Amino acid sequence: MSEKVSVKVCLGTTCFVMGSSNLQELIETVPKKYGDRVEVSGVPCLGLCSIDWEFSKAPYVKVDDDVIKEATVEKVLKAIDEKLK
Amino acid sequence: MAMNTSTPKETSHLKREILVRLIKAYLSDNFEENTRLIPYAMRPKNSDVPNYRCCIFKERAILRDRAIAGLGFSIEDTDDSVLLSELANKAEKREVPDEHPLTVLTTACKGCVPSRIYVTDLCQGCVARPCVNTCKFGAISIQNGKSVIDPEKCKNCGMCVQVCPYQAIQKIIVPCENACPVGAIAKDENGHAKIDFDKCISCGKCASACPFGAVHEKSQIIDVLKHVKAGKKVIAMVAPAMFGQLPCKPQQLKEAIMELGFADVYEVAQGADVTTKTEAAEFEERLMKGAEFMTTSCCAGYNELVDKHIPDMKPFRSDTKTPMYYTAEIVKRENPDAVTVFFSPCVAKKREALQNPNVDYVLNYEEIGAWMIALGIQVAECEESEFKTQASAEGRNYCVTGGVAKAVQTLLPEEIPAHPVIIDGLTKQSVRDLKKYAKNGMCELGNLIEVMACTGGCLGGNSTVNAFKPALKQVTNYVNESKSIKEQVKEG
Repeated sequence: MSEKVSVKVCLGTTCFVMGSSNLQELIETVPKKYGDRVEVSGVPCLGLCSIDWEFSKAPYVKVDDDVIKEATVEKVLKAIDEKLK
Repeated sequence: MAMNTSTPKETSHLKREILVRLIKAYLSDNFEENTRLIPYAMRPKNSDVPNYRCCIFKERAILRDRAIAGLGFSIEDTDDSVLLSELANKAEKREVPDEHPLTVLTTACKGCVPSRIYVTDLCQGCVARPCVNTCKFGAISIQNGKSVIDPEKCKNCGMCVQVCPYQAIQKIIVPCENACPVGAIAKDENGHAKIDFDKCISCGKCASACPFGAVHEKSQIIDVLKHVKAGKKVIAMVAPAMFGQLPCKPQQLKEAIMELGFADVYEVAQGADVTTKTEAAEFEERLMKGAEFMTTSCCAGYNELVDKHIPDMKPFRSDTKTPMYYTAEIVKRENPDAVTVFFSPCVAKKREALQNPNVDYVLNYEEIGAWMIALGIQVAECEESEFKTQASAEGRNYCVTGGVAKAVQTLLPEEIPAHPVIIDGLTKQSVRDLKKYAKNGMCELGNLIEVMACTGGCLGGNSTVNAFKPALKQVTNYVNESKSIKEQVKEG
């Protein structure tokens, strides 16, 4: 593993209201857990919520190129672990 | 919600999704039909049934009931045969919101077992048997070598739980009953939670605590949308906690609210400044007259607590009005034709608003958030727009626990020493403490008691969107760039 895993927490209005407000803790906890192997940041709207009724699957998080729907802290950590395997 | 009591996230997600769908339905060309379809749109034919539900039909029925609360009606009082489309029509025609802002969805509630003390398999049947010996009611006996509790005799005192050396005895709690500081919610004869509105102080703790999301707020969103659609001059009064809720600057938030269709936005911190000045003067006067202590009066949940449960506290509670009161007074004076909407972090303000003719409606932060989703507003991309009247740092800090007492203290002369006591959230214990202070006519811990129904202050309100810590950070940044109320007083 040479490349860093990139985690992007969508902080657009829709994701924020639908729950990414509770994912902000990842921005603190992930570096503590994984050190510099994972890069995590809050990002402006990823544009995933605007299609049809996809707002209902918010909040979205991108782990590298994989999109996590209805993201929770647990789901994101699991996805990171998979990447680092 | 904040800190130790977190709102179950799944249920918040559901409630917010329904609100967004209701708003989208209202803004569509067929409000009634699109409202009727909400449960089917959320759970279409052949879609997966959530693992907490038996079948898609029950799930849809429950989503229908949740939509009833979103339309602003009581779920308990609505007949099952009434279509959502009929209710949508009724909501649009409604003139005044319901008296009590909370409603229980009994079909979702059924999961809880009654609160009781229970001996688990971990009971070792020990020789000492401290549980049997400690029980004052003779409720515990030994059967087949293990302790058994006789529910007829057990008074739920919990002594056996404390003394068991194996921690084998547990208290099974009902989360809503456990969270309610005043014993206003309990299971009825059918095992469903029921709110006793004579006791309820509308603090919303049951709504936050229920893992099934069975306690709902009756929304006034349709009422507000109706006035905006009709082109009325609808003015938003934004409580300080709102500035911690969305990922943007306060000035962008103002613009985002204008984009919803509001004619103007006032900061409730402006009214908080009036509260601070009035309350500081009142405190000084009371102390000069020899008063032992005074409590704040800005929290609607606390005010209802005093009115319904601690009448002895009335003489000690400040007569100063709330920031919402003063703000609404200013708004109506400057705009007599306006429809006023208070943006609230909690459900209790809905009760306060009903008693105040200057406040027409109350929306909470979940509802505002849902409205922004429905319109696709990106708050972080909004232009910045300044408030006409700048509130003070202290006023903007009212939503943080300790903030009100601190504001009052700022304006007190040196010879009037305030010793603040902060009640950071109403619990069964803090209610007992307050009753004691009221009965004894004194509080040994200090003379200025600030009471916040929610832990953390308004930022911990039951209808907030942001997590407590980031919300606090955002509000604190805003407070730090604001002028002190001292300067405001100097400038006159």
